[in-house]
Amino acid sequence: MSATSNSNWDRRSVLRAAAGLAALGPLAACGSNTGRSGGGSSGESLVQYFHAYGEAGTEQAIRRYAKAYDKAAVTTQWITGTNFESKLFSALLTDNAPDVFEFHPQLQMIKSGQVAALDDIIDPVKDDFNPADITSHTVDGKVYGVRMIDDPQFFFYRKSLLEKAGTGVPQTLDELAEAAAKLTTDKVKGLFLGNNMVAPNYALVWAAGADQLNAKNEIAYHTDEVAAALKVYRKMFTSGHLLLDAPADYWDPSALVQGLTAIQWCGMWAMPVMQQALGDDLGIFPFPSAASGAKPAVYNGGWSMFVNAKGKNVDLAKEYVKWLWIDQKKYQEDWALSYGFHIPPRTSTAESATKLKSGLPAEGVKLFTDYGRFDNVSWTQAMISALEGVIADAVRKGKDPEAALDTADKKVNRELKNLFG
Amino acid sequence: MSTTTTRDVARPAPAKASKAGPRRGLRGTTLNFWLFTGPFLLGLVIFVYVPIGWSVWLSFFEARYTVTPSKFIGLDNYRQMLTNGAFVDALVTFTVFAAIIVPVTWALSLGLALMVHRLRFMKAFFRSVFFLPTACSFVAASLIWKMSIFSGVRFGLANTVLGWFGVENIAWLADPDPPWYWLVIVTVRLWLQAGFYMILFLAALQNIPPELYEAAAIDGAEPGWQTFRHITLPQLRATSTAVILLLLVAAYQAFDEFFNLLSKTTWGRPPLVELYYTALGENQDYGAGSAGAVVLTLLICVVTLLQGRLMGFGRGDESK
Repeated sequence: MSATSNSNWDRRSVLRAAAGLAALGPLAACGSNTGRSGGGSSGESLVQYFHAYGEAGTEQAIRRYAKAYDKAAVTTQWITGTNFESKLFSALLTDNAPDVFEFHPQLQMIKSGQVAALDDIIDPVKDDFNPADITSHTVDGKVYGVRMIDDPQFFFYRKSLLEKAGTGVPQTLDELAEAAAKLTTDKVKGLFLGNNMVAPNYALVWAAGADQLNAKNEIAYHTDEVAAALKVYRKMFTSGHLLLDAPADYWDPSALVQGLTAIQWCGMWAMPVMQQALGDDLGIFPFPSAASGAKPAVYNGGWSMFVNAKGKNVDLAKEYVKWLWIDQKKYQEDWALSYGFHIPPRTSTAESATKLKSGLPAEGVKLFTDYGRFDNVSWTQAMISALEGVIADAVRKGKDPEAALDTADKKVNRELKNLFG
Repeated sequence: MSTTTTRDVARPAPAKASKAGPRRGLRGTTLNFWLFTGPFLLGLVIFVYVPIGWSVWLSFFEARYTVTPSKFIGLDNYRQMLTNGAFVDALVTFTVFAAIIVPVTWALSLGLALMVHRLRFMKAFFRSVFFLPTACSFVAASLIWKMSIFSGVRFGLANTVLGWFGVENIAWLADPDPPWYWLVIVTVRLWLQAGFYMILFLAALQNIPPELYEAAAIDGAEPGWQTFRHITLPQLRATSTAVILLLLVAAYQAFDEFFNLLSKTTWGRPPLVELYYTALGENQDYGAGSAGAVVLTLLICVVTLLQGRLMGFGRGDESK
């Protein structure tokens, strides 16, 4: 026995074995970090993906809700940076994909079988949801995704600065350009449309009387009015009246709060921070009309919860989504109103949201109702990028708007062909 | 006799030992070799060669929203990428970037190495100071450059300094005309990588025999430019070749600073950023992305081989 031990476990053998194990360690580690915890009381586990919200306390809130779920241990991946889409898309191709994740309704995810239909959990409360939210998540009669929050985006402005400059609230895109010029001083720029100016691009198209796609899912954004609006945008860009390269982008209220700009495109989520900093010296208005007879526009963005149809436990994931985003009204209200201001997509929750009943938040709700337009499920990520390319080319690079729109047409048509044949 | 006998008897023993010894040694060496390199080779095959093979395979198929080939389409993905203006533009972007960053980094790192090499005191301090940025990540440095130094607002560091001279604020990254973004991109990379190449040059400088300089001095060579040109530079040829090769490959792989500094632009996208958007961020077209990756890999191989041939990379000293 001892002889055997000596021959098998001499010093060299032990060292070799240790070295081998050490070398194998990293390989083993490659597949071990799934982001999943040990499981809840039932031993089941789920993973959910969230992009990092800017409002303080949101991450803790999501983790708190998840912890309260007792049928599975829910792990949250809170993804910072600007590449949430990329991380989500790549993860969805692997075995470590999240079971549930937040995103926007997009047809390619449905067509490629990445997201599960949720009619069974939504149907009983379908009538309580904002009908536009249901429409924007419906494909071939099935509803994919549960809307968590609606986020209207519009312009915020400093009333005192507009008064001082002797300019009223802009009613047209030309007036917005004029106001930006009047408001610009050596310390403050007139207008902030975001660092790359793509944030209000849907609103620009709508305010020019066009749309991304028509009812037949054909290109509808390529019109003379949109091209003309792009020229006004270009003029604003070269005028020196826009705030460019700000440390934080449009979604952060700091440009307006720190006095870098007089008017800023932002979302209603930032309203509490702006009100706290500026008090009553704060007003809002929609993206002004950019073509004769066209209505102003507000982009009703927001986030929805989806279930990974190829996940390991689809039923449990659906049950969790139902629990959190349909049954737990206290959490939904907390999520919509305790950090930033968001409009609850459930009518019953929205009606009881006293914080949105008066003052500026009520004005925001009115803009949402009067001018708000929702996501089009057929408008996919590739098309989003194509339209962003138009802003980059025609506005920032100075390319002829028609040529920039032609370039986008090619990309969008290729995508449409892929989706609809 | 006994001695002879002993010799005769003893003779085969070393021969036997020499036969058995190496066999045991070889077996031990082989085992150790596989024990230490095997796992890494396995990792290399699984995580590098299999994905490369899969990528080549995928490039002949339609693969949208999936990495599983769905429909064979031959060379269509290649046609799409090579007729896609954005990918070709990306190759042009790389060429501009490489044309700036390779010679500038080479000159700067060599200059720093010469300076540190000649220092008589605090040599270690300056060597560390110049090398330390290498430890910083490209993402972190890009964000510092974007948000603090080259922020377009009046309190950005660069704009503050320019403001002292009455120069208006510059939107360094938002406006492609004039293309100030190149200044931001090039300076961040220079800051991050010059120290590393400085160390390579420093090591090479320390290997130049001092006798060469002494002999040159005896022959009447002037110290300074003459000595540098006729002794130092030729002696650094092998290192320079390696540095330029590494710089070129690094330029091809440029991603982080472009991605973080120039979001949502249609310009200033080097090949890897373009492929990233093709395969992940926008289109989820893994077939086309793979075709682009294959084209890029072939291009890197061709350029590397050409550069090696032109500059004599890998040739021994005797062949110079």
